[in-house]
Amino acid sequence: MAGKWKEKKIVMDATEINRALRRISHEIVEKNKGTGDLVLVGIRTGGVHLAKRLVNFIKEIEGVELPLGILDITLYRDDLSTKKEQPVLKKTEIPFSISDKKIVLVDDVLYTGRSIRAAMDSLMDFGRPIQIQLAVLIDRGHRELPIRADYAGKNLPTSAQEIVKVLLEEEGEKDRVIIAESI
Amino acid sequence: MPLNKKDLLEIQELSSDDIKLIIDTADSFKEVTGRDIKKVPTLRGKTVVNLFYEPSTRTRTSFELAAKRLSADVINIAVSTSSVVKGETLLDTARNIEAMRSDIIVIRHSAAGAPYILAKGLKSSVINAGDGCHEHPTQALLDMFTIREKKGRIDGLTVAIVGDITHSRVARSNIHGLTKMGAKVRVIGPATLIPLEIERLGVQVYYNLDEGIKDADVIIMLRVQLERQGKTYFPDIREYSMQYCLTRERLKFAKEDAIVMHPGPVNWGVEISPELSEDKATVILEQVTNGVAVRMAVMYLLSGEKS
Repeated sequence: MAGKWKEKKIVMDATEINRALRRISHEIVEKNKGTGDLVLVGIRTGGVHLAKRLVNFIKEIEGVELPLGILDITLYRDDLSTKKEQPVLKKTEIPFSISDKKIVLVDDVLYTGRSIRAAMDSLMDFGRPIQIQLAVLIDRGHRELPIRADYAGKNLPTSAQEIVKVLLEEEGEKDRVIIAESI
Repeated sequence: MPLNKKDLLEIQELSSDDIKLIIDTADSFKEVTGRDIKKVPTLRGKTVVNLFYEPSTRTRTSFELAAKRLSADVINIAVSTSSVVKGETLLDTARNIEAMRSDIIVIRHSAAGAPYILAKGLKSSVINAGDGCHEHPTQALLDMFTIREKKGRIDGLTVAIVGDITHSRVARSNIHGLTKMGAKVRVIGPATLIPLEIERLGVQVYYNLDEGIKDADVIIMLRVQLERQGKTYFPDIREYSMQYCLTRERLKFAKEDAIVMHPGPVNWGVEISPELSEDKATVILEQVTNGVAVRMAVMYLLSGEKS
């Protein structure tokens, strides 16, 4: 989310974030009856650190380190020709085959669903997974596409004017989820 | 730092940040070109026109592949079979193409400055694919990308450019780009093929190959433009290759891990000895591979909404 913004309210702190991620890890393992054929793919940039944390939690729970991929969805966005400045393109790193795998796609905030649409299109060009599931830390509503999360850390009702930010230690911030307003 | 440009006409006008952005973006596109499905939907619905007034295989194919891998539609116009032979002017040809709703026009022309005429007169993005003896920006960008990939950096490297500096748009674009990126650039060639006062561009001039490539990290060999040799700039090809052909023996003057580049097509035995064609120092084919990624990056970065 570009532009300047001002922090208004903290909706999750570090403990709550990690508690939610730990619960999601348990849910992932439970729903998939273990870790067989499971892989995690984090969406740049917000989903990558969260996916790494999920990998660590699942390792604690099951003793298995799941493969982790990183997906940059820039080239699959539906708003490229209407943006003045082209978004900076980063690398996609999926160093394993996703064919016949169950993918858990990880993002920080689920909003319109357009990023997830782009992510799914991109994944389909890498192979034919048997299933794609979606894990997000925050589901803030306002969907514009028929997409839902299989695992959500927190459902957060918001107005479209508000900005939801997930700030993480890995990016030099104190772990927290905030609601902000643009200034 | 966005590129914020409509056209890519020259390296001279780019900042080191612009060059870095293009190379970084190309690095990400290289991953795309290594996939099983080497295609992304980014430029779906856009039309790219290759307008080539000079013969080219490598550059035209590279632009065409780059556009296709971005899902754009591509038209190739070879001037020898077009209305240009009926006397249509450059701008008229381009305006007619644009009237069919092109988005990007890639032009190669024997006259320096031709892409600027199009850039001024058209709404489409214009990419210079070589204009006379002036510039060939995407070649320099792919050279710099290859250098950074092999050496991890450009800043502080010593790069020797060898051959016909006077007529080489590749040399000119590379001199601008490499000096901006902090490399020390040397040009080497017979005095008849080195422009007077080229030192003003921040390069050192050498007339002797062995001295010029001493301790170099990168050697860029330029093509001897045999088709130009109606005008004599040196006595004959054999004499040239005695003096300036890079051999395995001579390569020892450069740094041990030096790389050898060439924009192609190579006249083996004239610029570079065939014994180096399979040598690990020679990265000519990697330059070609990187060319597609660099051109994808340029088309992507020029394709934001036009104000």
